[in-house]
Amino acid sequence: MNFNLENTIAAISTPVGAGGIAIVRMSGKNAVSVLERVFIPAGNKSVYDIKSHTVTYGNIVDENRIIDEVLVIVMLAPKTYTRENVVEINCHGGIKVVKSVLDVLLKNGADMAMPGEFTKRAFLNGRIDLSQAEAVIDLINAKTELLERASLNRLEGILSKKVKALREEILTMTAHIEVNIDYPEHDDNILSRNMVCQKTQELLKSVQNLINTADMGKIIKDGIKTVILGKPNVGKSSLMNCLIDEDKAIVTNIPGTTRDILEEYINVKGVPLNIIDTAGIRKTDDEIEKIGVEKSKEYAKKADFILFVADGSRIFEKEDFDIFEFIKKENKKTVVIINKSDLGMKADINKIYDYVDKKYVISVSVKEYKGIDELFDKIKALFFDGEIDINNETIAVNERNKASLINAEKSLKNVIETVKNKMPQDFLSMDLMDAYGFLGEIIGEKVDEDIIDKIFSEFCLGK
Amino acid sequence: MRYDAQEADVVVVGGGHAGCEASLAAARMGHTTIMFAINLDSIAMMPCNPNIGGSSKGHLVREIDALGGEMGKNIDKTYIQTRMLNTGKGPAVYSLRAQADKAKYHTEMKKTLENTPNLIVKQGEIIEIVTEDNRVLGVISESGAFYKCKAVVLCMGTYLQARCLYGDTIINSGPNGLRNAVGLSQNLKKLGINIFRFKTGTPARVDKRSIDFSKMTVQEGDERIIPFSFENSAEKIEREQIPCYLTYTNTETHRIIKNNLDRSPLYGGIIDGTGPRYCPSIEDKVVRFADKERHQIFVEPEGEDTNEMYIQGMSTSLPEDVQVAMYRTIPGLENCRIMRTAYAIEYDCIDATQLKLSLEFKNIRGLFSAGQFNGTSGYEEAAAQGIIGGINAVLYIENKEPLILDRSEAYIGVLIDDIVTKGSKEPYRMMTSRAEYRLLLRQDNADLRLTEKGYNVGLITKERYEKFIEKKDLIEKEIERVSKVNIPPDEKLNRFIEDRGGSPLSTGIKLSELIKRPELNYHDLSFADELRPDLPYDVAEQVNIQIKYEGYIKRQMIQVKQFKKMEEKILSPDIDYYKMKGLRIEARQKLSQIKPHNVGQASRIAGVSPADISVLLVIVNQLKNK
Repeated sequence: MNFNLENTIAAISTPVGAGGIAIVRMSGKNAVSVLERVFIPAGNKSVYDIKSHTVTYGNIVDENRIIDEVLVIVMLAPKTYTRENVVEINCHGGIKVVKSVLDVLLKNGADMAMPGEFTKRAFLNGRIDLSQAEAVIDLINAKTELLERASLNRLEGILSKKVKALREEILTMTAHIEVNIDYPEHDDNILSRNMVCQKTQELLKSVQNLINTADMGKIIKDGIKTVILGKPNVGKSSLMNCLIDEDKAIVTNIPGTTRDILEEYINVKGVPLNIIDTAGIRKTDDEIEKIGVEKSKEYAKKADFILFVADGSRIFEKEDFDIFEFIKKENKKTVVIINKSDLGMKADINKIYDYVDKKYVISVSVKEYKGIDELFDKIKALFFDGEIDINNETIAVNERNKASLINAEKSLKNVIETVKNKMPQDFLSMDLMDAYGFLGEIIGEKVDEDIIDKIFSEFCLGK
Repeated sequence: MRYDAQEADVVVVGGGHAGCEASLAAARMGHTTIMFAINLDSIAMMPCNPNIGGSSKGHLVREIDALGGEMGKNIDKTYIQTRMLNTGKGPAVYSLRAQADKAKYHTEMKKTLENTPNLIVKQGEIIEIVTEDNRVLGVISESGAFYKCKAVVLCMGTYLQARCLYGDTIINSGPNGLRNAVGLSQNLKKLGINIFRFKTGTPARVDKRSIDFSKMTVQEGDERIIPFSFENSAEKIEREQIPCYLTYTNTETHRIIKNNLDRSPLYGGIIDGTGPRYCPSIEDKVVRFADKERHQIFVEPEGEDTNEMYIQGMSTSLPEDVQVAMYRTIPGLENCRIMRTAYAIEYDCIDATQLKLSLEFKNIRGLFSAGQFNGTSGYEEAAAQGIIGGINAVLYIENKEPLILDRSEAYIGVLIDDIVTKGSKEPYRMMTSRAEYRLLLRQDNADLRLTEKGYNVGLITKERYEKFIEKKDLIEKEIERVSKVNIPPDEKLNRFIEDRGGSPLSTGIKLSELIKRPELNYHDLSFADELRPDLPYDVAEQVNIQIKYEGYIKRQMIQVKQFKKMEEKILSPDIDYYKMKGLRIEARQKLSQIKPHNVGQASRIAGVSPADISVLLVIVNQLKNK
C-alpha cells in the first residue's frame, strides 16, 4: 500500500459510458491550483474566489482550446470526503470528452489515482472507518443502481446497527455467565444452560441471515450469474443480442477462463446480469450446436439464474422436457421464455407448469420485439419483489465481512456444542467472546473493557 | 539535618503486600535492600477483607509463588479457613481462597523479612526521591537521612496524603488509624509524575460476642485442603478451620441508608476521589440497584485470637450513628457492637500509564512503582506487582533485560499490561474476565507457566526447580501413555459409564477419548486402566485437564500464536508518532504518551482504533524495509 498523501490525485469517478453526466474528481493539497490552470469560470472570476461547497459554471480548457463546458464544485479541507481539498468537475458524459478532461488535469500537475485511492485517503485521514471504506469502494465499483442501493444501505450503517444489536445481546449473556465466575458467591439468578442454548440459537440464526445477505451482496456486485438454456434454433442468440442492444454491454475477456468463454455484463432495468456466453452463443446457431445442450447444463449448474428459451411454434420435445426436469431438480431461479409467438402457439404450455411457476413463464417474439419489455419487467420483479430481496435492509457486501460473520457463526456453533457436551460454563464465555470479537471486526471495534463494564452495570457487587 | 546514612542497592518504600514481595525478591536475588515502613507493626497488614485469593486473585497468588514470591507460603502458614471456589464452572476459573488470621499473617511475614539475608527492615517515612539526570540517586527520610541507592521501588499503598472519612468525621490518617505519609506527593509531582486521587472503603468490625449466629447460614471450609504454595502439601499445612457466616440486608436497612444519604461524605460531595465500581459502598449499592430487595452480607473472623468479625458487604462512609442503626437491622446483628467503625479512605496514587511494562517510570531511570499506589486494589494485585517491581529493579541494576510477562503467560501480565496501557479511572481489580487466554492461565498450572522464569532470575531454588522438571516429565509421559492406551469394551466399565448417563462402548476406544466424554474423567477411570502408574494428585490433575479440554486448549493456543505475532513487532521508544500521517490525531497523541513496547500493546490503547493499527503496521513495515 502506498501511504504518500502529498500529491494530488485525479480520476473519473462515474462509470464509463453510463449516464449523460460524468464526474472527474481531484483530491489533494494542490487540487485548486491545478484547477486554476485548466478552468475558466464564467464571469472571469478567480478560481481562488470560489466559495467552498458551491457550484460554479465555466469551461475546461487545454491551452486555450475549450474541451467542455462544465459545472465545478470546489470543496476545501477538511469538510470533504477525503479531508483534503477536493474538486469535482461535472462534464458531459461522452467517453472521449471525459477522458480529455482527465488528461488535461494530469498534464497540469495531478497524478492518476490508483483504484480506490480516494477512499484510502478518506480512511488514512481518519474520515471513515474500515467498514465504511469498503462500502464506498463497493459503491465506486457498483455498476448498477441496484448495487448502489445496497452500498448506500451499508453507508447508512444498517449493517453496523444490526451487528451492534447482536453484540449487545452476546455481551449481556456473557456478563451473566461471567459475573458468576468472578463473583462466585453472588446470588443473582444465573442463566440456565437451556437459556444460553436457546439464546445462542437465535443469535446464530441472525448471523446466518447476515451471511446469506453477504452472498447476495456478492451476487449483486459481480452481476447475477446467468445462463441461457435451450435446444438449438429456439432463438437463444437473438435473445442475447436483444438483451445486449438494451444495454451498452461491456464485453470483456475474463482472465483465467478458457478463451472461448465470454461474460456479458448487462443491465436489465437495474438488475445486473452477468451472462455466461458459452463459447459463442452470439455467433451463429450452427456453432451453438457444437457445444450442445449438455455442455450448457454444466454451466447452468454453476449459475444463479437461468433464462430458458423454448420454441412455442412447435410442440415440446423430449429435449425440452429434459431441460425442465433439470431446472426443477437444480431448483434454480428461472424465467421460461416461449419464443416465436409471431408464428402462433403450438406448444402445450400447460404441461410446463408442472415444472415452473406460471408467473415466470412468458411468451415473446424476439424477432418482432414483442413481449421483451414484459420479460425485462419479469426479471426485475424477480429480484425486487422478494424472490431475491436485495432491499431487505442488511447487506453485508464484501468478503471481509463475510469472513468475520462465518467466524462468528463458527463460534456460536461451538457454544451450542459446548452446552450439548455439558462442558462447564467457563467454556461458554470463551466462544461467546470470540463471536463478540469477530462481529466487532465488522464495525472496527475492540473488545477491551466491554465485558467488565457490562458486569458492573448489570450487577450489584462489592465488599 | 541531612546526613549520609546507609548505602544499598535497592530501596523499597513501603512494607505492605507490594513492598514485602519487592523487598524479598531484590534481597533474595543477592542485592542489599532496605525496606522502609511507616510503622513496622503494619508490615503486611490487611486493612480490609480478611482473606487472600478468590476468583482470579487466587491465580495471582499462585503465580507469585511460581515466581518465588512469599504470599502463598505466608497464607498457607496463617489461614483459618480455605475453599476452592467455582468448582464445576471449568478448570480455568477454579479459585482458591483462604481466610487469614490477620495478626499471624503480619507476624509471619515480618519474621520472614527479618530473617532474609541482604534485607534491612526500617521504620520511617521517605519524603524525597533524589534524582540526577533523570536517574535515581537515593532517598531521604523524614529525619534527613540520605540513603544512596541504585534503584527505588515505590510501594506506598494508600498512605500518601490519605484521609479517612465517615459522616462529617474526617481523620487525617492512613488506613486503620495509622499515620499517613505527607512528604512524598509534592516531591513526586516535582519529578513530573502525574498524581491521581482514588478512594476506597472498608466495612465495620463487630464484636463476635454480640452476634447471633443462629440467624445466619454457616459457611464451612473445604474438607480437602489445597495449599497456595506449590512447595506445600495438604498434609503439611492441615489444621482446624473456622467458619464464616452469611446473612442479608433488608428493606429496613435500605430505608435507613436512603434517609441518611445526605450525611454521606460520598453523596455530600466531600469525597472527590474516584471509587471502584466493584467495591461499592452499601449506600452505592442501594442507590444504583434500587430494585434489589436484599444484599448478601458475609460475616468473617479476623483471626483466631480476636473477637473482631469483618462484615463483608457493608462498606460505608455514613456517620457512626447511622452505621449502628443500619447494621442492627440485619438478622443476627440486632444487638451488634461495632469495634471499628466503617470508613472511606482517600489517597494519592499515580496514573500508571507513566510506567513501562517493567514498572519503571518512563521518565526516571531506576525508579519503579508497584501496588495500590499504581491505582490497583487488593492485596494480591499489589503483591503481584511487588515481585515484578523488585525483580526488575535488580535486573535494571544488573543491566539486564526486564522480566515482562505477557497476557498469554500470566494474570500478572494481564494486570500490568492493563494498568500501564489503558490506565485506570478507578482502583483496578483483577478479574478472570480480563484475561483473554484464561483457559491457559489456570491456577493449577501456574507452576508450569512460571517456575522456569522464577528459576532464571534466581528466586526458585535448584532443588525446587528439579522437582518441577520431574513433575513436568511425569505429566508429559502420562499424557503420551493415555493417548495410546486402548480400552476394550468391558462389562464393568460399561456399567460404570451407563451409571453416569453415558452410552456404553461397543468397540475399543483410546483412553484419552474416553476421558473427553462429559460424564467421565481421568481419575475415575483408573479401575479400567490397568497399567496406570501411581502418580501424585497434582500430576493426575494436569493429565486430566490437559486431555479432557484438549480441543478448547488447542484453540486458545492458536489464538495465542496470533497474539504473539503482534507482540513481537517491537516499536522503538524513539518513534515520532506525530509525524505519522494517516494516524488519527487522537491516536498520535495516545501513542506518543504511552510509547507502547510493541504493536500488540499499541492496539490495546484506548483511542487507538483498529484502522490506526493497520496504518501503523504498514508504516512499521516500511520503516523496516528502509
